[in-house]
Amino acid sequence: MVNIQQLHFGYRKKKVFTGLSLQLQPGHIYGLLGKNGTGKSTLLRNIAGLLFPDQGSIDVMGFTPGKRQPAFLQEVFMVPEEFYLPNIPLQAMVSNLSPFYPRFNQQQFDTYIREFEIPVENKLESMSYGQKKKVLISFGLACNTSVLLMDEPTNGLDIMSKSQFRKVMAGAIDENKCVIISTHQVKDLENLIDRITIIDEGDILFDQTIDAISRKLSFRISFDQEEVKRALYSESSLRGNAIITSNTDGEESKIDLELLYKAIVTNRQPIHSAFNS
Amino acid sequence: MQFRESQAIYLQIADYVCEKILLKEWKPEERVPSVRELAVQLEVNPNTVMRTFEFLQQQEIIYNQRGIGYFVSPNALQQAVQYRKAEFTEKDLPNLFRNMYLLGMIPEDLKPWYEKYKQQHFA
Repeated sequence: MVNIQQLHFGYRKKKVFTGLSLQLQPGHIYGLLGKNGTGKSTLLRNIAGLLFPDQGSIDVMGFTPGKRQPAFLQEVFMVPEEFYLPNIPLQAMVSNLSPFYPRFNQQQFDTYIREFEIPVENKLESMSYGQKKKVLISFGLACNTSVLLMDEPTNGLDIMSKSQFRKVMAGAIDENKCVIISTHQVKDLENLIDRITIIDEGDILFDQTIDAISRKLSFRISFDQEEVKRALYSESSLRGNAIITSNTDGEESKIDLELLYKAIVTNRQPIHSAFNS
Repeated sequence: MQFRESQAIYLQIADYVCEKILLKEWKPEERVPSVRELAVQLEVNPNTVMRTFEFLQQQEIIYNQRGIGYFVSPNALQQAVQYRKAEFTEKDLPNLFRNMYLLGMIPEDLKPWYEKYKQQHFA
């Protein structure tokens, strides 16, 4: 559905991507992880057609995003991290913007707004950052575009809203939709994402499904010093050593995304060798 | 639902379903919640719930009626007991035994505690 080949992109002086390739399929929620300033938002903006590649190609459902053809734009929605909403009532915003998205569903939108407990009578500017964000998330989901891009969607959401966000997302994904979420808040989305893509230094460091990860790797707490020494990655914690090892006994453990992320960013070789063995 | 640290999420959801069946909240031949309903309720990816359902089908605890949904198998109770017993003996018991051994306890010591627990929770 999204096919990125040899993407090169840079802002004036700073090179961001030097030959990045990535394929994304419908029916999945992709988690895009990476340090600050590694190009997660830049990648989303390239996919949305808001930025243009210097070299290489991006194909989204047969369209080149940079051409910004209406037929493409009605299939993509992006919830950016920073955004501006005009100072008009909620319903005015919806009636102004929804005609651009043929599969927009008002009933669905109203349900999300209700679940997020957003005061409908208020003008947008009188809402808090979190409320505005929830308006945008609700609208984005109700547009039912094939591709939905979300940049740090849980930033600014309170504890209850994060839980509502997960419920809403779990109900919104289907086999025709491709959702890409960039995030630092791994814990917020741990059970929602079914494929992890980690980017760093302009390239893909790691790209695996949750299924493959739990088949190949084992996450656990260990007190055995020998085992800790042999682990692919280890970190001491209050409860003992949190370790990642190869999954040898076929038993699947709960993935600790934060630990996996640290392992990949500090030294990815041992993890990769576990996937290739 | 609060997920534990150790086990894969899809297996924890399988335990959740088994518990509903063992407590007879979900009865044989009754329809179980759809993949989507369960995903929303538990705040997890529907693909994960799909995996749970495939697993429970292999264990003959639920079955699929094409186009309608998933149902509790006629012999789900026996199957669920069998599956959970195997899991319990393999995974939970070693921990319990280790603690009992360290504390110098024998199985008979557990009996009053077990009776008290049953009284408190399932009387």
